[in-house]
Order: sequence, then C-alpha cells, then structure tokens
Amino acid sequence: MYKYDTYDHSLVRERIDEFRDQVERRLDGRLTEDQFKPLRLMNGVYLQLHAYMLRVAIPYGTLNGPQVRTLGHIARTYDKGYGHFTTRTNIQYNWPKLVDIPDILEDLAKVEMHAIQTSGNCIRNVTADPFAGAAADEIEDGRPWAEIIRQWSTFHPEFTFLPRKFKIAVNGAGEDRAGIRVHDIGLQIVRNAAGETGFEVWVGGGQGRTPRLGRKIRDFLAPEDLLSYLTAILRVYNQHGRRDNLYKARIKILVEALGAGEFGRQTEEEWAHIREGELKLPAAEIARIRAFFDAPPIAEATAIPATGRADFAQWLRRNRRDHKVAGLSSVVISLKPVGGAPGDITADQLDAVAGIAERYGFDEVRATPDQNLVLPHVRNADLEAVFDALAAAGLATANAGLATDIVACPGLDYCSLANARSIPIAQAISSLIEAEGLAGDVGDVTIKIDGCINACGHHHVAHIGVLGVDKRGEEFYQITLGGAFGTDAAIGNIVGKGLAGDDVPAAIVRLLRTYLEIRDENERFIDTLRRVGDEAFKESIYVAA
Amino acid sequence: MKAITANRLTDGRVIYRTVEGQWSTDLAEAERLDSEEADARLAEAEGEFGVAVGPYLIEVEDDRPGGQKWRRETIRLTGPTTGSTHRAA
Repeated sequence: MYKYDTYDHSLVRERIDEFRDQVERRLDGRLTEDQFKPLRLMNGVYLQLHAYMLRVAIPYGTLNGPQVRTLGHIARTYDKGYGHFTTRTNIQYNWPKLVDIPDILEDLAKVEMHAIQTSGNCIRNVTADPFAGAAADEIEDGRPWAEIIRQWSTFHPEFTFLPRKFKIAVNGAGEDRAGIRVHDIGLQIVRNAAGETGFEVWVGGGQGRTPRLGRKIRDFLAPEDLLSYLTAILRVYNQHGRRDNLYKARIKILVEALGAGEFGRQTEEEWAHIREGELKLPAAEIARIRAFFDAPPIAEATAIPATGRADFAQWLRRNRRDHKVAGLSSVVISLKPVGGAPGDITADQLDAVAGIAERYGFDEVRATPDQNLVLPHVRNADLEAVFDALAAAGLATANAGLATDIVACPGLDYCSLANARSIPIAQAISSLIEAEGLAGDVGDVTIKIDGCINACGHHHVAHIGVLGVDKRGEEFYQITLGGAFGTDAAIGNIVGKGLAGDDVPAAIVRLLRTYLEIRDENERFIDTLRRVGDEAFKESIYVAA
Repeated sequence: MKAITANRLTDGRVIYRTVEGQWSTDLAEAERLDSEEADARLAEAEGEFGVAVGPYLIEVEDDRPGGQKWRRETIRLTGPTTGSTHRAA
C-alpha cells in the first residue's frame, strides 16, 4: 500500500498543530462556535446528538495491521470501546471529547492516517472496489488511480469550497463494487480495442433526497489525462453548480439541468485548454505510485480445503471470494452479527483483525461500502485458521450478502440529521430473519436502512430499502423495492405508505416468503422482483399491517 | 413547560440549563420555563460563553421530554436505543 513521503508527513503534521491551536482557542473563547464549526468540520469533527463524532478517513478503504490496531487503541482510549465503519468506507467514533481530538489525530498520524476531507464541500475520500488487486474479475487495480486522485485533491485550493461535497469512485473490475453510478464522478477502468486500459467517465450520480444514476460522458479516457479531465469536470461544476439552494447544489442537479450531453460538451471544451498542461501524468509518476500497490504474493496453488465442519463450510460458501492468483482467496469479515449494530466493531475485535491480517493476510485489510471488512489476500491453506481466529473474536458470521447482512446508517440513535432510528430496525429485522431460518433459503439480497433522506445507508440502491420518516413525533418507515448498487445500478421504488417500526421486520419476512413462493429455479430475489414487478410483493408487505 | 438544552463544549455531552444559570446533565435539574420567559432565557444562554454549544428550547412534560421531538430528546437524555451490543458507558 501507499507509504507517506516527507510531504505527506509534514502536511498532516502541520494540520494537527493548526487544529490543536484552533481547539485551544475555541476552549478559551477566542473562537466562537460559528467560527470554529467550519474548522472542526475540515478535520472530521461533527457535533452529534450526544457527543462529538470523529470521522477518520480510510483512503479508498485500505488499511494495514498497525493502522487497524491504532483504530482499536483509539476506541479503547478515547471512546467507549468501539468504532463504526460507514458506507463511505471510513470509520467513525461516536464519543470522543473535543479536548482529546488533537491527541487522537497525533495517534492516527503515527500510522499515516488522518481525518482530513471527511466533511465539508470538498473532494471526499475516494471509493474503490474492496477487492481491488485481488478480484478474479479485475481488469486493472484501481487503487493507484485512487491514490493519485487523493494526492491531487488533498487541500486542492480550487476545489476546497465547491457548491457541495464531492465523491469520486474508481472501479477496476468487471463487476462494479465501488458504486460508480451513484457517485458524483464514477471511473470505470476499461480496455479498448488496442488492449490499452483507460477510463469510462460517469458523472452526476448520487443518492440523498434526489437520487440519480450517473450518466456516461466519455467512453475512453487515456490514463495520463485523468487529472486534467477531472479538473475540467470540476471546473464546469464549480462554475455552474448552484450555491443558492443546498438541496440543488450537487453535480447531479447540474447534469440533469444541462443534460449529460451538454455537460460533457462543456467539460471537453474546458479540457481542451488544459489537457496538455502540467496535469498530464508522467509515465514515471504513474509507475512510481503503482509500485506501492504490490501484486498479490505468489502462493503455492493450494486448493480450497475440504472440510467436514459445517460452520467452516458455510463461512467458505458465503464469505470467501475467488482471487486472481491461484492458491489465494479473499474473505469478507462480516460486521453484521445477528441482532448487532451494522458496522460496529469493538477495540478487541480491531486488535484481532490486525493480528489476523498480519499473520495470515499479508498485512492488508479493506473496508467495504457494505460496512464489512475484507482480507483481500489469504492463502487457501490458511483459510481454516483465519476462520477459527475470526470465530474466537466473534467475527465469523457467515452471512456476507445474505438478508441478515444489513446496511444501516447511524440514524436517530446518534445522528443530528436523522428523523428516525435505523440500527434498532436492522437489529430487529436480522433477528427475525434468523429466528425464522430464512437467510439461507433466500440467498443473495440487499437490505439497507436509512434514518433520513440523506441516505447514508444507501436505501435507494438496496433490493429492499427502508427509509425512516417522522410524522408528528412518531417513526414510520417507507419500503422501497428494486434498487441496486453495482453494475445493474437502479433506484428503488417506494411501494406505499410508511409502516410503524414494530411492523417492519414482519413485513420484510413476508416479502421474503413471497419471493420463496414465486421464484423460478436459481432466480435471485432481485431477478424475481424484476420479472414480476412490485405488486406481488406490495401485497405481502401490507397484508397484515 | 420548556427547558433549555445544549451540548457541552469540552466533550459534547447533553446538558440542561438550571435555575442558577449553570448547566447540568440531569434534566430533573433543568429550569422549567413557560412560553413567555423561555425566549428571554434562551437569549441569555446564547449570549454566554464557555460551557454550552448551540442552546435551544425543548418541551418538557411530566419531567420527560415532550412535544413532537420527544423521541429525539429522550434519546439525547438516555442514550442510544441500540441494545446491549455496545451500551453507552
């Protein structure tokens, strides 16, 4: 993985010193809250319902063992013993004291981490395929490009005060696991007729109150032109994006207003002025960055171990993924124990993951948009030992991609923006599905829950989405059907009136039972839904409500 | 009745303004205000420096948060409702 150079170190160091001084000035009254708020947000510090929340950046979701151990140390020393992985592949701490945050940032800096650009109207953390560099269906590893974008965008003076926040995704595999069509800019690595790799460029995707899928504005962008083309897109957005209305300020609104064709034309026009300038990436620099992202280590081509253990076999079925190197596998560490809070992980579990990654995982861990972790490189011969070590830490839930692998935003239990709770709904749904013994029969399905329309929990792109709303002090939950996150990205449809929170788990169970009754052989939930439409499922949701 | 709540500057914890103009983590110690005096007291709190961030008025009914924001304010008062997985200390 990428290693900080002197410039990275000094940049992070200077920011910590600056923020420590800002905190001191806030505490002694030299700064008012109005003055301090934008400064703390630039360092990932929010003020939520009960406490400050610190959002730590995990660039393109990539971590090593010492970093994971430091995240555990922070949870144990400064928080309440746990952290929360988000759909943006970052980690949040829900209880830090303001007075401690400069020290937390010092600890993060020791392992080349920070909280910069995790808030504010700037270019945020780049999303990448959590299986990058490992996936069997990979065209090219997207992480070097994500790192190049990180370096270019960090503290970029022209793009520090955009109309709104800005999110970029890079996907290098055949299957889109980064969500390129629900990001402001999505970059899909493709191969052209000459066999060269480059980028398809998508713009204007996003969720929130106006969900939109991105539109493709370029079929092939040569790699050396990446930064000049991104600059051109951002300049068009910076020039024309609306600053008069918070709810219309994202690039998706501009792309829709102009039309993707016109937005693309203006981008190309701007790009023509700058493409041969200083932003053209030198081949040597691309090679230098690529060298940080080692190819998967060569392994003896050991087969997936045969086992008589039902628990290990089930975990292999659900949580193991094919690797591009014979003899290796990737594994998903589910952070979705049945009845647990999605994405939460204790300090002890973080320590365990760090140790397992160092011993068996070539010192690599990834955070995923599904609020899980991934060990991208594990020798097949070590899979059973990894399973046992994860099980000992309470991290071997064999449900990756199943109905109990639920994504949920923090919701009204933590978030000052939320209207309704999310986590307890996720807990109740997963507990009921487990009690009914449904998860295995149902198989692949995504359930995602949000406590407000900002959609941090990605309910719009779930096969089954749940959106909490507040009606005169009471929580209700709208159900959406048919959304999808990846290559077949789609925005789900609201199927009807909201349900009371207590009625949601049973409604979801009825929905899943309906699928089992009407599915064709080998048909996934989403396939059945697309074949028969919402109506059959709608009846099951509301039959007893 | 109403009360004034805020978050504590140093650690963000939920606090309530007392009759003496101090801040307490206990809603029971909060000054109860009728509609006429609430805005004036809030203006006082907003003008103070050092302890509280973002003071605002909440409804209080029978010594518990009330009104349309009762659930939000109850969660602020008693902590997350997410069960035993990671109970707030």
